Amino acid sequence: MEYVFQFSIILLVTFVGEILHALIPLPIPAGIYGLVLMFVCLKTGMIPLEKIRKSANFLLDAMPVMFIGPCVGFMAIYREQGIAILYIALISILTTVVVMAITGRTAQFVIRHGRGGKNG
Amino acid sequence: MVEFFAESTAFGAVISILAYWIGTLIQKRWKFAIFNPMLIAIILIILFLTVLGIDYDVYNRGAEYITYFLTPATVCFAIPLYEQYERLKKKWRALLTGSLAGVLASLTSILLLSMLFGLTHEQYVSLLPKSITTAIGIALSGELGGIPTLTVAAIMITGVFGNICARALCRLFRICEPAAVGLAIGAAAHAIGTVLAREIGEEEGAISSLSIVVCGLLTVLAASVFAGLY
Repeated sequence: MEYVFQFSIILLVTFVGEILHALIPLPIPAGIYGLVLMFVCLKTGMIPLEKIRKSANFLLDAMPVMFIGPCVGFMAIYREQGIAILYIALISILTTVVVMAITGRTAQFVIRHGRGGKNG
Repeated sequence: MVEFFAESTAFGAVISILAYWIGTLIQKRWKFAIFNPMLIAIILIILFLTVLGIDYDVYNRGAEYITYFLTPATVCFAIPLYEQYERLKKKWRALLTGSLAGVLASLTSILLLSMLFGLTHEQYVSLLPKSITTAIGIALSGELGGIPTLTVAAIMITGVFGNICARALCRLFRICEPAAVGLAIGAAAHAIGTVLAREIGEEEGAISSLSIVVCGLLTVLAASVFAGLY
């Protein structure tokens, strides 16, 4: 039952996230409101970590499986979009490389720069 | 037999898990990054459905039950964030600068490549949200006048590619600070990348989770400006 109770708490926070999503006219999904809300609840001690830890870790570990369904949807989109999907795929891959390089190098530069400044 | 699959609600869920399980076995046997359990599962299922002539909608009727858990699972990203909060707080400057650079790099490179390949405006705006988490991406694509199914495809390709290649790319670009690695993976490959960031380490996972929120929101703000450029 422990897992069920823990899961209910997570679902409750998700539900409040859905309410916020319905009320606030921004393109922000329920999951993001829920994430921020859950963080606030943990930080203020309203929800102790131990009350959700096991179920939360289970959900996080199972996450790759949850992405399989939407990814298989690729086959339906391929039929719909035809050859354009190849350009889309190529651009997606190239930009991913660019974003990773620029984000990582920028963050690393600021971290090392700041550290050097403090010590020196 | 195909009719039986169409009636079954468990079929899609069962073959998703089965295919993923086969993927983990293959990865254990040959330890190459390309043998990614998620990628293997996706390819196996597409082959299986195509060979038997089963429609995606029929498969998804069962697979949907698993996808349903994505929203509560996203909420759970708050846990690594909470556990690593004190360490993250010290690095807020690097994290914010990195996120901003990442979002601008993403939107600019999409703009330039869309011009280069001569994509339509509709296809271009569909690509703008490709590095952010699916739920925000679909909403944003719709708002900008894009094609949401195309956006989902771009987000999935980005995520799976990021998940498979992130380790190699970080090595190639000599990104080795855990915080920078986590941010690079989260900013480029959203939640699917974060799955990998959690495997690399606790700090990487926490920062990758954080960047889903930060980069998602920054992209929402900046994408409408970029939508008007091409």
